[in-house]
Formats: sequence, structure tokens, C-alpha cells
Amino acid sequence: MSTRDAILQLSARSLAAAVHDGSISAVDATQAYLDRLSATEPILHAYRCTIPERALAEAEAIDAARRAGEPLGPLAGVPIALKDIFVTEGVATTCGSRILDGWTPPYQGTHARRGAEAGAVLLGKLAMDEFGMGSSNENTPFDPVPNPWALDHVPGGSSGGSAAAVAARSCAIGLGSDTGGSIRQPASLCNLVGLKPSYGRVSRHGMIAFASSLDQAGPLAREVGDAALALQVLAGHDPHDATSLDEPVPDYLAAVDRGAGEGLGGLKVGVDRRVLALEGLDADVRERFEAALAVLVGAGATLCEVSLPHFDHAVATYYVLCTAEASSNLARYDGIRYGLRRARPSLRESYEATRHDGFGSEVKRRILLGTFVLRAESYADYYGRAMKVRTLIARDYAAAFTRCDVIASPTSPVPGWRLGEKLDDPLAMYLSDVFTIGANLAGLPAISIPAGFSPATELRPALPIGLQLIGPRLGEPVLLRVAAAHEAATDWHLRAPLVGGAG
Amino acid sequence: MNPGERAKRAAQTEAAAGGKPDYQVVIGLEVHCQLATRTKMFTACGYAIGAEPNTQIDAYTLGLPGTLPVPNREAIEFALRLALAVHCEIQPISRWARKHYFYPDLPKGYQITQADQPYARGGYIEISGKRIPLQRIHIEEDAGKNVHLADGDVSLIDYNRAGAPLVEIVSLPELRSAAEAADYMRELRTIVRYLGVSEANMEEGTLRCDANVSLRRPGVAELGTRCEIKNLNSFKFLEAAINAEIRRQADLLDRGEPVVQSTLSYDTVRDRTKIMRTKEAAADYRYFPEPDLPPLAIDEAMIAEARARLPELPWDRRRRLVELGLSAYDAGVLTAERELSDYFDATLALRSASEAKPICNWITGELLRLLNASNVSIAECPVSPAALAELLELLDSGAISGRAAKEVLDKAFTERLSPAAIVERDGYRQVSDHGAIATLIREVVARNPKQLEQLLAGKDKVRGFFVGQVMRESKGQANPQIVNEVLEQIVAELRGGE
Repeated sequence: MSTRDAILQLSARSLAAAVHDGSISAVDATQAYLDRLSATEPILHAYRCTIPERALAEAEAIDAARRAGEPLGPLAGVPIALKDIFVTEGVATTCGSRILDGWTPPYQGTHARRGAEAGAVLLGKLAMDEFGMGSSNENTPFDPVPNPWALDHVPGGSSGGSAAAVAARSCAIGLGSDTGGSIRQPASLCNLVGLKPSYGRVSRHGMIAFASSLDQAGPLAREVGDAALALQVLAGHDPHDATSLDEPVPDYLAAVDRGAGEGLGGLKVGVDRRVLALEGLDADVRERFEAALAVLVGAGATLCEVSLPHFDHAVATYYVLCTAEASSNLARYDGIRYGLRRARPSLRESYEATRHDGFGSEVKRRILLGTFVLRAESYADYYGRAMKVRTLIARDYAAAFTRCDVIASPTSPVPGWRLGEKLDDPLAMYLSDVFTIGANLAGLPAISIPAGFSPATELRPALPIGLQLIGPRLGEPVLLRVAAAHEAATDWHLRAPLVGGAG
Repeated sequence: MNPGERAKRAAQTEAAAGGKPDYQVVIGLEVHCQLATRTKMFTACGYAIGAEPNTQIDAYTLGLPGTLPVPNREAIEFALRLALAVHCEIQPISRWARKHYFYPDLPKGYQITQADQPYARGGYIEISGKRIPLQRIHIEEDAGKNVHLADGDVSLIDYNRAGAPLVEIVSLPELRSAAEAADYMRELRTIVRYLGVSEANMEEGTLRCDANVSLRRPGVAELGTRCEIKNLNSFKFLEAAINAEIRRQADLLDRGEPVVQSTLSYDTVRDRTKIMRTKEAAADYRYFPEPDLPPLAIDEAMIAEARARLPELPWDRRRRLVELGLSAYDAGVLTAERELSDYFDATLALRSASEAKPICNWITGELLRLLNASNVSIAECPVSPAALAELLELLDSGAISGRAAKEVLDKAFTERLSPAAIVERDGYRQVSDHGAIATLIREVVARNPKQLEQLLAGKDKVRGFFVGQVMRESKGQANPQIVNEVLEQIVAELRGGE
């Protein structure tokens, strides 16, 4: 195995340790990933842009700092990439949309800043569904990203580029955003760990808004420890975000080590069996879910039945609220100050032409829905009612967490689908979020972890399947502990897709 | 304003309404007041009024993707002070909302404001003994400014003002004339200036007003259809626009035509209100709770802190001045501006309470005349309260005459010198020494035997001649009162000597 391959095999946690002790230089690590992505990118187009010179310069600075005996950050020399929803000063940021054509942010978002302060090396920006709206990464004016495990399948979305890049080892950690499952669902479809923190745990400053009350940033990683390391860097109060929580940040890596070392003695895993009766739940997903529960029991956990009575209303509630907020958040893209501009004789025509050409059809659909929902005549029936149901859903979870420590479910009802398969059926696409949106509506932390593969058949190739765990508010440590125990007892996370040569 | 003036103004309003006092005028004002905080409402971006266009901006101000609002504590403190001063009920929890419309000067496509849950409800502002009840006050952010160039089809946008903190003070429709509306605005301006929370300058747009006007027959309980006049930017136009709108609505009602609910602008040249849009065309602002901001919580400690920072308010100050013996009119003039009554208080503190009236007269008379003539504000007055007190001491001790005092004040104002220094330099000190004056009188008497004869014969009008001669001999410095006294003594001596 070449040095390059050895570097790519390392978890982010191990790579950071190697950079700290000088056994691997940040420049070598960065070059290894740059070489890797030049092999995978022609196939995956997971990156919206790469910044190799800047990345190598950052890596050199880290190596110089180490030689000078200066302290290094916890992600020193780890090559990462950000979903293109994250504002990066001086690097084009499109949010997967034509509407931001030509815009280069003049300010640094909190995520890019914290990553850089921790010593992470930014390789580039990752593809996504436009404004985070989608579950397949196909809602984009750019090249769709295939699933590295099956190139005719979708990688999930909206953080599909992040999932594809991390799965293909073209970055060590990818940062994603999750409004209704956009970290966890692609993680599930690409055999990765995807963590959506509690609402407010990670700043939203510099994360381009889709639905402000639901959006959270979080990592996609190959292992639970890497996700914990990234969360350690990202979490904490940010004075630039009034909704970010001013609460102490616990030691997430300790929680991981505890799960891997001690197991799950005394922990209760809640399951709502009723949700498993969901129409459209794939048989392989069901089988992998039961197997994952057995792993947790094997690690010492006990199972208990919980009830989430308003589960059936979550999808409808979610699509009322997220479209309402999106219609508002996307009002600023008017061609006046930045991004795409289609100048026409009148102001109204300029607005129309700019927004017509700048937004894709899914974004337009959601703006229209959200605008309808917020009209004075429909507000009470739609937005007002959805807010009430949202409260009921949050209460369901609060009640369930009086009986258990985490709630388990599949992450996605299906293991993935072929590119183009659901493009003309937005409702089918929306239903793929059924298990994930509850955590967003209730503001709870949730994680998806590798739980195996569907068997290859004549109809479809072997596809990754994920297990979702939802925790109580600020319950990231218990989630990480359970996830680490599952990871310690399985080897799904060690499997890598064969794309662009061995990775 | 005294009751007589009020009656006169009311009559003028009736005349403005086309001489038709058969309608009751109902007016409610929505006043926007820009808070004089160091930074904007939701971002740590400074803003100076009158700065070069687009120099007072940052990423949030421009609505750049990924930026988020963070409430300005100082703005909330200022808003709280205002609400307490006008007797509002402070809401322990209030909420931010988004108000949507597309316009280039609105960077995010929505304005952050407070809709159904404002931070302050109720309260009142008192004008000439009448309490005008308030509906609410809420906090919001301002928009930028579109600048339409006269010579082409290009519009420019200045975002300096975008995001500046505003409070909107909404009155109940309890104002009954344009003059009353203007008085209400003046009192509101006085209050916010006392509080130090706003420049409140209508010309600069830090105080703006929309007026809702309707008419109804006296005795009719329900309100008539109201129309809203937008963007009234001076006290003069506020009054004129409301009167123009009263005329318009009265004409419609006289002809039996309905008033259509609409939004109007005021044409200052033609002195007429003009319909911009009717209710059918009204925008749906799609209000919803601002998800980027937690609810605004105002606890007892914040209220206590804001209350402790309230200065003496204009009505308290007016009462105190009246208790000192000033007329209500004088107290009103002095307290209209906090700086002016601060000046009065500072001067009074150096003199005595019994001198309130003469101090007031000097300030509202000579000093204001000098300030107005040179277009200088009281805050920048070259004559300090200490200097004025010094002048009054010179006058009171008889060191200078009343006429000299006015000249000394004039010179102190223009030359920025102390009154005592001017009195010495320019020889304003009066001669009050009896012996010196007697010597002068004896000289004058000796030179004018014919007039002396007349005086001794009892012709009292020649007395003025002698006083005048003595004053001329003394180059005006003799104390005329003492000249009279000594002359009397000398005349008596001469008579007795016969």
C-alpha cells in the first residue's frame, strides 16, 4: 500500500493524531486527498469547486506551525470540504443555485472559520440540491452526483455531494446541513455516519438559510469518532446567531470512547413498532433495522416500546413550515445586490426574469407553496395549524424520552433509488423524509450510522442502509455512545466503494 | 398652548375643513422614530446620518446569504425608556415577525418588526391637559433609500439607513384636529429628545409620521372610513396635509359620495392629498414569526434599570417651573427643549430660586434672540450658565445698568468673553459714589444758573435737564437713581440756604 493509500485509509481522528505527532505532514495528507479527488471527480462531480493551491498553502502553514512548536488544532491537517451552502470568504458559494452566479462572499461563515481555526484544510465546496431542497441531489442546475456505491443511483440529498465525497474518500470529513434529513439520509444511502445536532448546538451564521427554524449544520464522516471530533469543533455559542445555544459543550470524544469501550449497559433504546408498519418500508431496510437492534441489545442495551402518536402528520407539517420559511428566506434573491441579474426595462420584469432564470423548478414549487401558506387568508389553516402540530410532535418525543435514552428507526424507508426515478414525483420524494423530519421539527439531535447493505439482486445492486438514532435535546453524548457501541460491534463502516480505483 | 390659542386653532381647523363644523375629525398617528444607538438594530454596524451613500453597511445590512440578525441591547433599552416615559404596559414576552414585500431598498425582501405581539401596549401622551391614548409601540428595522435620478431611468439605492433601529408609536384615533396632531407630534419629539433616545428630526427623517384621518357626524359612534396619509416630513406639512385631507373627505361626504379606504400622499405644491392606492390593491405582507430570533424577554430587572435612567420628564419639569413662579407659557417655552431648560436650571442653581422669573426673561428674551439670530443651538451657546449668572450678579449689585447688561451680554456672546471682563474693559461699571456724583452735579449747577433758578422755583421738568447733563458728563456711567437722589439733596440744601 502506498503512503497515499495509507493516508486515505486513516480516520480523521487518526490522521489528526499523525499530523500532531509529525508522522504525517499536513501537506502529504492534503496532497493525498487532492490526488484522490482528481481520480474520483470525473465520475462523481461531488465538488462544486476545489481550491488546491489554497489548501496546500494552509497545509504548509500547519506544518510550519508544528515545526515551530506552536500548538495545533484538533483537526490539524485534516482535509475537509463544505457543502456549498456554507459561506466561505473569497471562495464562490452557490448554494447549488444559478441565482448566486458570480457571488463570492466578502465575509467568513462561522463553520469555515471554526474549521480553519481547528487546523482543518479546506479542499473545496460540495454539490447539493439547490438551497438544500431535495433528497436525491438531482434538484440542481449542475451535474447530478451519482452514488459511489452504485453509479446509476442517487447519493441522497440534499447533502449528496458531501456524502459522495466522504464515501469515495475524496475528503476526510464533509460538512452538511440538515433541514429534514439532509445529512442523515445521504449518510444512510452512502454507508456513512451523519450527525444532525440539536437545534442551536451549532451556529447557523454563514449557512445559507432554507428553513431557519429547522436548519442545522453537522458532519458526514466515515466513523462515529470523526463525527464527534467535527462536532467538538463546531459546537458552541456564536454571538452572530441569536438562536445558537449558550450551553457548555461536553466532551464528545469521551462519549464515543465510552460507547466503544463500555458498551450500552443500562441504556434503553425506544422503538415505535407502529412506524415499522409504514407502507413503502423496504423489506431489506426492515431486516437491517432489526439486525441493528440486535447489535445494540448485544452491546447491553434494552429495548422498549414508545409511542409517537403524531408521527403520521410529520411530513405534512414539515412541508407547510419549511416552504413558508423558504419563501421568506429566498425573497432576498432579487438580482439587485448580488448574484444573477436579468436587467429588464421595469423593476417588476427584472425581478421576474431574475427569479425565473435563477431558481430551479423544485425551489419555485416550494416558494409558491410557502407564499400560499403565509397568505393572510390561509395562514391560520396552514402555518398556524402546522405550528400546533409541531408542538404536539415535540411533546411526543419529550414523553418518549421519559421512558428511553434514544429512539431508533430506519433513516430512510428505502436504500436508495435510480437517478431520475422520482424526479417527476415530488410527493414520493417528500415521503423519503418520513423518518428524519421528526427530529428537525422537535429540534432534537439525531444520527445515522451504517447498518449494512441490501443484498444485490437482479433488480438492484447492493446498497447501503442506515440506522437512525434520535436523542433528547442536547443528548449528543448518548447518541454518540450508542452509535460507537454499534460501530465497535460491526464492520460496515470499514467498507469503501470501488470508485476511481481503490480508495 | 393656552386655552385661547387652542380655541383659535380649532376654529382654523374648521375653516380648513371648508367652514363645515358639522363633521367630527378623527385622527390617529403612526410615528416612526429612529433610535440614536451606536449600531443598527440587528447588526454591529455603525451608522452616521448624512454619511456618503453605502458607507454605513455590512454583510447583514445588504442581506447577504448566511447573515443573521442579532438584537441590539442598547436599542431595546432605549425603546424601553420611551415606553416607560409614556406610561405603557411593558410586555414580558414579545415576538419578532417578518413583514414581506419586494422593493430594492429592502435588502432581505422582508422587514423584521413586531406584529401581533409588540413590546409595549397602552400608555398615553398628554397635550395641554388632554390625554391622547396610545395603542402600542413596537420595535423594527428601517429600510434603505431609493434615489431616483431626475435625468434618466436609473435609480440608485443607498443602504446606509437599512437596518437602523426604529420604534413605531401608534396612537388611538383620539386626535381631533390637525393642530392637535401637530401638538402631539411636538410633545412626542420633546419626550424622545429628553430621553436622549432619538435626534427626532423630521427634516432628517429620524422622526416620520403617517396620519389616519376620518370624519363622522357628531354623535355618531362608529368611525368613518379612514384614509392614511404617508410620509409627512415636517410639522408644517403634517398640519397642512391633514387639513387638506379633511377638506377632501368633507367634500365627498357633502356630495353624498363614499370615502374609499386608501393610502394617500400629500402634494405640497397644490396643497392636496392624492390617492396612491386603494384597499383593494393593498399588499398582503405575509407576516409570520421571525425564526431567526427568540422571543424578546423583558424582565423586571431590565425595567427597573431603564426606569432608573429616566431623566426628569418635560411635564414634571413644567410643573416644577410653575411652582417656582413662572407662567405656564414660560414653563412651556423653557421645557420644549431639554437643553434649554437644563440651561435654565444650571443658571438658577448659581443664583436663587426667587430669581426664576428674571432668569427666564433673560433666557427666553435676549439669549434666544442672540441664538436665533446667529443660528446657534442652546447646547452650543457661547455664554455659559455661569456667565449669565455672573451678568445677573453685576446687574443685581448695581455695578451695571440694565441697558449696559444687554450690551454686555451681546459682547459676551459674540466675543466669548466673561461679562465681568467686558464690564472692566469697556467701562460699563456705574458710578454710584455719592461724593463723586455730588461734585459733578455742583459743576453742572454752577454752569447753568438760569435753569437752576427755574428748578428752585419749582419747575420740576428742568430736573430731567440736570440729570441728562450729569449723565453726559459721566459718559453714561453715573447711576441714574443715585444722580436723582443726590440732586434732590443738593436742591434741598440750596433752598434751605436762601
